[in-house]
Amino acid sequence: MSDQPDNLITINLNGKDVQVEPGLNIIEAASRFGIEVPHYCYHPHLSVPGNCRMCLVEMGMPGKDRATGEPMLNDDGSPKIMWVPKPVIACATKIAPGMHVSTESDVVQKCREGVMEFLLVNHPLDCPICDQAGECRLQEFATDYGRGHSRFVERKNVKPKRTRIGPRVMLDDERCILCSRCIRFCNEFIGKPILGFTERGSYSTLTTFPGKELDDNYSLNTVDICPVGALTSTDFRFKMRVWFLKETDSIDTESSVGCNTIVGSREGKIHRITPRRNDEVNDTWMPDSGRMLYKQVEADDRLTAYSIAGKPCSGEEAVKAAAELLLQGQGKVAVVGSGRLSVEEQFLLRKISEVLQSAPTYAVARYGEADGKLISADRNPNVRGALLTGMIGNLPEEQLEDLRKKLESGEVTHLLAVGEDLAEAGIPAELLKQAQVVYIGTRHCDTCQHSKIELPLLTVFEKSGTFVNQQFRLQKFNQAVPGPAGTLFGLSTFTKLYAALTGESPYAPSPAAIWTHMAEEIAEFSGLRYQDIPKTGKVLDGSRFDKLPFREGASLHFTPAAETANA
Amino acid sequence: MIAAPKRTDIHPKERRMILKHADDPSYDTSVDCYIEHGGYETLKKALTLKPEDVHDHVMKAGIRGRGGAGFPAGMKWKFLDRKSGKPIYLICNADESEPGTFKDRQIMHKDPHQLIEGMMIAAYATNTAKAFIYIREEMPHGAVILEQAIEEARAKGFVGDKIGGSDYSCDIVVHRGAAAYICGEETGLIESLEGKRAYPRIKPPYFPAALGLYMCPTIVNNVETLCHVVHAVSMGGEEYAKIGTPNNSGTRIWSLSGHVQRPGYYELENGKHTYGDLIYEIGGGLKPGRQLLAVIPGGSSSKVWRAGERFKGKDRGGNEYDWAIEDVPLNFDGPMTAGSMSGSGAVIVVDDSVDIVDVLANINAFYAHESCGQCTPCREGSLWMKKITSRMTSGHARPEDVDLLASIGDQIAGRTICAHGEACAWPTQSFVAKFRDKFLERAERQAASGSGDIRLI
Ligand SMILES: Cc1cc2nc3c(=O)[nH]c(=O)nc-3n(C[C@H](O)[C@H](O)[C@H](O)COP(=O)(O)O)c2cc1C
Ligand code: SF4
Ligand code: SF4
Ligand code: SF4
Ligand code: FES
Repeated sequence: MSDQPDNLITINLNGKDVQVEPGLNIIEAASRFGIEVPHYCYHPHLSVPGNCRMCLVEMGMPGKDRATGEPMLNDDGSPKIMWVPKPVIACATKIAPGMHVSTESDVVQKCREGVMEFLLVNHPLDCPICDQAGECRLQEFATDYGRGHSRFVERKNVKPKRTRIGPRVMLDDERCILCSRCIRFCNEFIGKPILGFTERGSYSTLTTFPGKELDDNYSLNTVDICPVGALTSTDFRFKMRVWFLKETDSIDTESSVGCNTIVGSREGKIHRITPRRNDEVNDTWMPDSGRMLYKQVEADDRLTAYSIAGKPCSGEEAVKAAAELLLQGQGKVAVVGSGRLSVEEQFLLRKISEVLQSAPTYAVARYGEADGKLISADRNPNVRGALLTGMIGNLPEEQLEDLRKKLESGEVTHLLAVGEDLAEAGIPAELLKQAQVVYIGTRHCDTCQHSKIELPLLTVFEKSGTFVNQQFRLQKFNQAVPGPAGTLFGLSTFTKLYAALTGESPYAPSPAAIWTHMAEEIAEFSGLRYQDIPKTGKVLDGSRFDKLPFREGASLHFTPAAETANA
Repeated sequence: MIAAPKRTDIHPKERRMILKHADDPSYDTSVDCYIEHGGYETLKKALTLKPEDVHDHVMKAGIRGRGGAGFPAGMKWKFLDRKSGKPIYLICNADESEPGTFKDRQIMHKDPHQLIEGMMIAAYATNTAKAFIYIREEMPHGAVILEQAIEEARAKGFVGDKIGGSDYSCDIVVHRGAAAYICGEETGLIESLEGKRAYPRIKPPYFPAALGLYMCPTIVNNVETLCHVVHAVSMGGEEYAKIGTPNNSGTRIWSLSGHVQRPGYYELENGKHTYGDLIYEIGGGLKPGRQLLAVIPGGSSSKVWRAGERFKGKDRGGNEYDWAIEDVPLNFDGPMTAGSMSGSGAVIVVDDSVDIVDVLANINAFYAHESCGQCTPCREGSLWMKKITSRMTSGHARPEDVDLLASIGDQIAGRTICAHGEACAWPTQSFVAKFRDKFLERAERQAASGSGDIRLI
């Protein structure tokens, strides 16, 4: 650790003195040393209700003589520890210098056995048909800390099994362990009371307030944080057992926030997207909308095949034909790139436009209203990457006015459009019809209708690379599934096009290879290697662009609501 | 307005301080009547003293809380976080809902101004910005009486702006409770008063003295406790402390119920009488031909005593004791020494006309119904114990239920957010420990009759 604080305090964990930063609770402090304190209700980004009682541990402090205030000592001179007679909850107990904590004593084990037994007495035996199975805290902790047999012979409570509490979330009350995480999430993150308990005691039942629905764009986070299978996603429900899912780190591309995500796929098919914790970016949350983006992979309008003048061809042929067409227009070519491309693609596209002597390269801006949480005003994930790589020199504009004028005047006759629909960006159909257009994109669009050559572009799920988010944080994403059958892999479309244009192949089609070039050429990337980019990203120096009027304003990171007493 | 019935049979052994006028047929709840009997003089006196000095009287008087835990009131007030600069709140806990307890309602129904005076003195002593009476929902009549009394006291300048012509102002708000036992737990009460579900808060960090009502420093005291403040200040702390016995000063109102001839509330000087005196002499003893089976000494949540058991040992002062139930002193420390507690002062007498399993089943049904459901051990354990004991009473007891019940109780007590965990575990733990033979007997009887099998439905 490079930035280790020097104000560490010493606590004693299971008999061993350890040093740890102050201010943590016992759960967090213990986890620094690989010690798991099992818990249900505690969540690092929500208030602490202390209701599940799974995290009970034994705690003591060095004794002080009441009269003199002197430390009390054992016969051997060591400080005498005054153990608190009752176990304490590790989630709500902050560490203090000299504190002794036992997470493995008999008492602690008994406490866990007790809580596990209690949680199971009224729990249904749904595991075989429960979506949570395989990633269920109840299953895990029952195995790790439970007694392994049941002493319960009474009738179990009966509760509603199938309540649709929002368009994307289903509730099974019998599985709910009443940890209140979902309630607190609504109150504290969404900022609206939506969920609550009715009834009392063991009959407590989670439900929505009358007339309310869990329809917020962050509703699926409740499914993520529900430690059991009480809340399930209607999109994912009954689709796939979680243990079959391959998990790939990715990035949410719906805005410049760049929420860190995990893509769950099996045999080339994506089944769900969930958030990945990054306290500097999205904590543990992400919008529902970003989770649905995987649907673009198999969308009806997905562009999956290469074609020249409407006739199918191979990738190689398409690249070759594109290069020929563009070279014919040398000097009169315009390149339109995208703030949705990866840094590596943007770099290669800059190289391509340099060959074609096309300047400037355009990009299309996408703005929307920021939601004050994890969707920013800039709906392109990687405008800063485009700036850093030099693909563009200025902030993109929503309508390509300048390009339209150049097409009208005949100054531009050939177009290379990558990842953008020019019709949408304000180029009229008749101008597109006159021009010689090469289109590289993920989907069929109006631009395709007028393009001579079409090449499929890989979605973020089908390639690896990097984006630079609103904080100038360089973040990596990895390929989760293969591209459509027959498409060129990775960066090949770009490297091959460059090679076809120049007759030289300096670039290998992998992000790591491109990074060796970028690190040399781009000051902000200097010294960086692709494989060294940390999982949580790396903040780059963005001072070169200080003067640009970025739209995100000051809200570079959402700050969760302050702790409240009880949810 | 319906008049509360007055008791005419005040026992000669009673020492009526708090209930001095309550049962006087000519005494009513008007402010004029209260003033006629010397009311609000103590508040006037207190206002001439410094708040610290008023507090000092309460400290010296050694008033212990009458709500359940017996914690010294003066000490509780000392814990108030004054450095925060936030307003201080005072809450009178009038949720009286521990089964067997019916003393606070006598005060509120019959002598509301005494409570108001006690609250205003306490408020002055602690520099309270606003005071609340959180009254049990099922006492609507009491709420009306209190509201009217506050109105009258306000008109006389004893509540509200510039009290008694001083610079000190403080109003009292009557808030009707949310009709749940847990609303009586002080942090549950605070949540409820804030308009939320009465979910008790975790302590730490939410100690009322620092982070109470609206996250401001707050005192919660029982009705009876606050009334004693009047007497402590009126006669002076040191004088007050002479009533009762050391560490158990003053009087206490005991709610006597169950199988006795004269159930009712009796105000007695602390430590000057025993449980035997209360049950046999003051309470008139058992019904003819009945034998004592058990005594629940301090509200239904306190640990039960079995008739005939003896408590032996050395008390804190090193004195040896060897008591039968009948010898246990009626005060705070006596029942504690005998392994239980005085709790809310509710003494429940059980004779041999009932089966002890039925008694526990009844208690368990209450605590399962009243668990707020927030924390796992109490929520699930209380209902499980209830399910077991109600099965046992419906003819399906098993011998193994006895140990199972004890083990469930052990898995609850000491591991919950609030003391409802203990409240629901102690009855089961103590009943099973003390009446093990009776529980087993029942199971065996039923097994013999073939009804001990568990019905699978
Ligand atoms: C489950 C539960 C219920 C309680 N109910 C009451 C009650 O109805 N009235 C009361 O005065 N105290 C009740 N208490 C005790 C209060 O939490 C608190 O200790 C008391 O009001 C403090 O007042 P005191 O110090 O004057 O006794 C209850 C405690 C628990 C754990
Ligand atoms: S929530 Fe967990 S324990 Fe319960 S049925 Fe689902 S997988 Fe099984
Ligand atoms: S639904 Fe899930 S998150 Fe919500 S309270 Fe129940 S167990 Fe907790
Ligand atoms: S102990 Fe019982 S009543 Fe108290 S907070 Fe826990 S569940 Fe609620
Ligand atoms: S994590 Fe639930 S009580 Fe601590």
